[in-house]
Amino acid sequence: MIHFVLLISRQGKVRLTKWYSPYTQKERSKVIRELSGMILTRGPKLCNFVEWRGFKVVYKRYASLYFCMCINQEDNELEVLEIIHHYVEILDRYFGSVCELDLIFNFHKAYYILDEVLIAGELQESSKKTVARLVAAQDSLVEAAKEEANSISNIIAQATK
Amino acid sequence: MNPFSSGTRLRDMIRAIRACKTAAEERAVVRKECASIRAAVSDNDNDYRHRNLAKLMFIHMLGYPTHFGQMECLKLIAAPGFPEKRIGYLGLMLLLDERQEVLMLVTNSLKQDLNHTNQYIVGLALCALGNISSAEMARDLAPEVERLLQFRDPNVRKKAALCSIRIIKKVPDLAENFVNPVASLLKEKHHGVLLTAIQLCADLCIVSEEALEYFRKKCTEGIVKVLKDAVNSPYAPEYDISGISDPFLQIRLLRILRILGHGDADASDFMNDVLAQVATKTESNKNAGNAILYECVETIMSIEDSGGLRVLAINILGRFLSNRDNNIRYVALNMLMKAISIDGQAVQRHRATILECVKDSDASIRKRALELVYLLVNESNVKPLTKELIDYLVVSDQDFKGDLTAKICSIVEKLSPEKIWYIDQMLKVLCEAGNYVKDEVWHALIVVITNSSNLHGYTVRSLYRAIQTSCDQEAVVRVAVWCIGEYGDLLVNNVGMLDIEEPITVTESDAIDVIEAAIKQHTSDLTTRAMCLMALLKLSSRFPSSSQRIKDIVNQSKGSLLLELQQRSIEFDSIIGKHQNLRSALVERMPVLDEASYSGRRGGSGVSTSGINNIPNGVVKIVDAPLVDLLDLGVDEPAPPPNSSSGPNFLHDLLGVGADISSSSPQSGGRNTMHGHKSGTDVLLDLLSSGSPPAPAPAPATQKSSSTSDLLSLTQLNNNNNNNKPSPSPSPFSGLDTLSSPLPTPGASPMMDLLDGFGPNPTTPPPPPKEEDNGRTYPPIVAFESGALSVMFNLSKQPGSPQITLIEAKFTNKSSQVYTDFVFQAAVPKFLQLHLEPASSNTLPGNASGSITQKLRVTNNQHGKKSVVMRIRISYKLNNKDMLEEGQISNFPRDL
Repeated sequence: MIHFVLLISRQGKVRLTKWYSPYTQKERSKVIRELSGMILTRGPKLCNFVEWRGFKVVYKRYASLYFCMCINQEDNELEVLEIIHHYVEILDRYFGSVCELDLIFNFHKAYYILDEVLIAGELQESSKKTVARLVAAQDSLVEAAKEEANSISNIIAQATK
Repeated sequence: MNPFSSGTRLRDMIRAIRACKTAAEERAVVRKECASIRAAVSDNDNDYRHRNLAKLMFIHMLGYPTHFGQMECLKLIAAPGFPEKRIGYLGLMLLLDERQEVLMLVTNSLKQDLNHTNQYIVGLALCALGNISSAEMARDLAPEVERLLQFRDPNVRKKAALCSIRIIKKVPDLAENFVNPVASLLKEKHHGVLLTAIQLCADLCIVSEEALEYFRKKCTEGIVKVLKDAVNSPYAPEYDISGISDPFLQIRLLRILRILGHGDADASDFMNDVLAQVATKTESNKNAGNAILYECVETIMSIEDSGGLRVLAINILGRFLSNRDNNIRYVALNMLMKAISIDGQAVQRHRATILECVKDSDASIRKRALELVYLLVNESNVKPLTKELIDYLVVSDQDFKGDLTAKICSIVEKLSPEKIWYIDQMLKVLCEAGNYVKDEVWHALIVVITNSSNLHGYTVRSLYRAIQTSCDQEAVVRVAVWCIGEYGDLLVNNVGMLDIEEPITVTESDAIDVIEAAIKQHTSDLTTRAMCLMALLKLSSRFPSSSQRIKDIVNQSKGSLLLELQQRSIEFDSIIGKHQNLRSALVERMPVLDEASYSGRRGGSGVSTSGINNIPNGVVKIVDAPLVDLLDLGVDEPAPPPNSSSGPNFLHDLLGVGADISSSSPQSGGRNTMHGHKSGTDVLLDLLSSGSPPAPAPAPATQKSSSTSDLLSLTQLNNNNNNNKPSPSPSPFSGLDTLSSPLPTPGASPMMDLLDGFGPNPTTPPPPPKEEDNGRTYPPIVAFESGALSVMFNLSKQPGSPQITLIEAKFTNKSSQVYTDFVFQAAVPKFLQLHLEPASSNTLPGNASGSITQKLRVTNNQHGKKSVVMRIRISYKLNNKDMLEEGQISNFPRDL
């Protein structure tokens, strides 16, 4: 089970946090501080796993961003690396060659996508296409609602002119 | 429209925050945003609620408090539209966790959304429930989720399956409700549903034994078939990862097979073929393939025995171990740890490679490899492996030394074939990484040393050599100092030479040099120095001719600011100087320490000081009784009134173990300032060691328990007391009773000089003190009077510190005899602090022809609430007979 997902920038700024196990706000910031200290200082050729408080943290660096997932001792680290890559590919497809700025300004989108990939710390979909389709469908629902609201307000605006 | 809510757009806020150059600027921007969001919250602004919540989430990620936005999430969730709900649920998952009470309020909205006609809204609700559900919510909403497992859209079914995992983890009782629906999901083709159903199935098996049995019987066959299809499936671009069809699904299938096959031969038998197929057919040049192989190996290791498959698995691990990818090596080490219990021999074959991994540049790999080596060590290979590890210890990273040292020590302790090897290895470790060695390790080493009597000489000589080269490793210094103290004579006389040793010549002064160097080394801490002093004391007996030099070294610690060292120094100095007859018996060779009882105590709390506790200390044993004696004044008093609890608090305090006792005697030199709890014992110890041979305290132990109430009754029973007490001082309190202490009338006390207090000075009457001036004087009081002895207290205050009272005590002796060894002790309750300065003399001449003066300083922490009170004890010798007088002083002016 994945206990939490963190996206940390090279400078140690948090870009996304998702907690599947209960941590208080205080613990959360402590975890982030501890892990960014451990992970950001590791050299490039080392393995992608660090042992931490009896858990394992699997991380992978994509450009300026570190994607970290915390799992149990007995979980499959190599598979979690694949899950990270799976998520990154979906992000890439959604944003069209994703960069850190996309994830800063559209952080909520990154969360929506993650919610289509993981629930309760478990993988829910192995098809990137399906995830993309589901996110797109929900985005269009939002767009439709917006247009409707706009057209209503236009009608009101015209009516009250 | 609300003027506050027309704030910036989300994008603009993020830009503004990113443009900040300093943390202070960022805080200012965030504060402004939060203020406008709060305003919008209190105005119940609907138009921009979703935007405000999005801003709050960003602010939350930066680490600022956002609790005020929690209710906004609930409002958005309760809104009818999909966009509002989407952002509302996101905020709920981000800003709240399952322990917040607010979460209960969302249960109803969740229930409605789970029954919504829009499948995406159902999906949102399932996702939120799966991520943050509490046990209560899980119980309330389980029926909805269970129903959704059969929803028409597969994307809702898969979400419901994962949500069910959370539910059964929170409430395992609900597991049975999910067993049947899952069994039908396992037959589906949709990968998402299959993936999640298998996961749910695995978690059901973990929480429920019945579920496990059910799936084993009904589903093993089906799952094996699904895996077979997955392995043999043609290229499917949707699920393909580097040439492998849906590794996620394969990994989950292997995992559920592991659970089903574990402990069940039939089921294991059933899956043998497909496991062999996975193990041989999977490409291992990409991470995805290795992930599958890794999972497959673990399944093979866990299911019931099948020799051929195990060989296959171990071979895969061997391939992994020699892989150049660090990740693969890491998981190989991880898996070999599990394999060791199954096929130890096969793992031993890779010992050399594993040992290389201990020296890897990657900390994660080193750690794994070290764990593995630790498991690989056995009687037959302990010597070469330990040698390798110790050799590596020399060159290893600083931050790895701690782990490595702990493991080496543990190996050596567990598996050492003989004591001399154990001692040799431990000395090597201590020399290389003595600062990383835990206390219990070198304690255990000392225990072993004492137990191997034929090696005492060898050990102390090795340690003597070791400390010459590694004096910066604290643990070496400690063990060496202890051994030199204990076996110094063997060191000097080369007793018990072994064949393998090179002879060395060590003189007595060489041995003492080592200890002197250790005590003077600035890195030595308190324990080491205390051990050095103890060793010196022992050596003073082992080397009588160097006694004077040792005494000089011991004396240097007399002025130490560390109480423990000062105390030891003074005590040991007195033992070396005055009690030579006693000394050799005191520092006899330590009895052999019991290994069994020591190892039994390990892990308990009392370990850290055991090395010192065992050192015989002639003074310690008699500490308790005098302390009791001091406090136990009511030896001969009549029975106390039964309701003793009504007494004033400070009397309890006075008797409490933590009573603040101070005392001083002229002989005790510089050490008479003590505060805090432990001081009581120390002072007494000090007194006893510096003065005459301690007289056993006469107070019977039973008196101690009643002393509290005795004291409480003291004030009422003074007269009784006078009649009953057959002591040489007929009425210790008579003075007290008769003396009506005059009220402290300012200006009317010409008896007292503010500055030096040396008796009356009528020519310069003090200026009339003002009310706010704290530097006031008080009339002297007769604090204590018995037959011939009287104690006068001159009280004064320093300006500016009303809490502190300076007391000059003046003792006079009206009898014809001289009192010698005169010692005054005092005790005060906890709210007071007492500081005694040395007395002017310890001999009190008779016929009131002279006096002893002694200054006391009392700090009243409850000045204005409680008044000063004190118990005193005076001991002296009259014609070489010990005399003791005790009393309580409660006639201090009230406002001290």
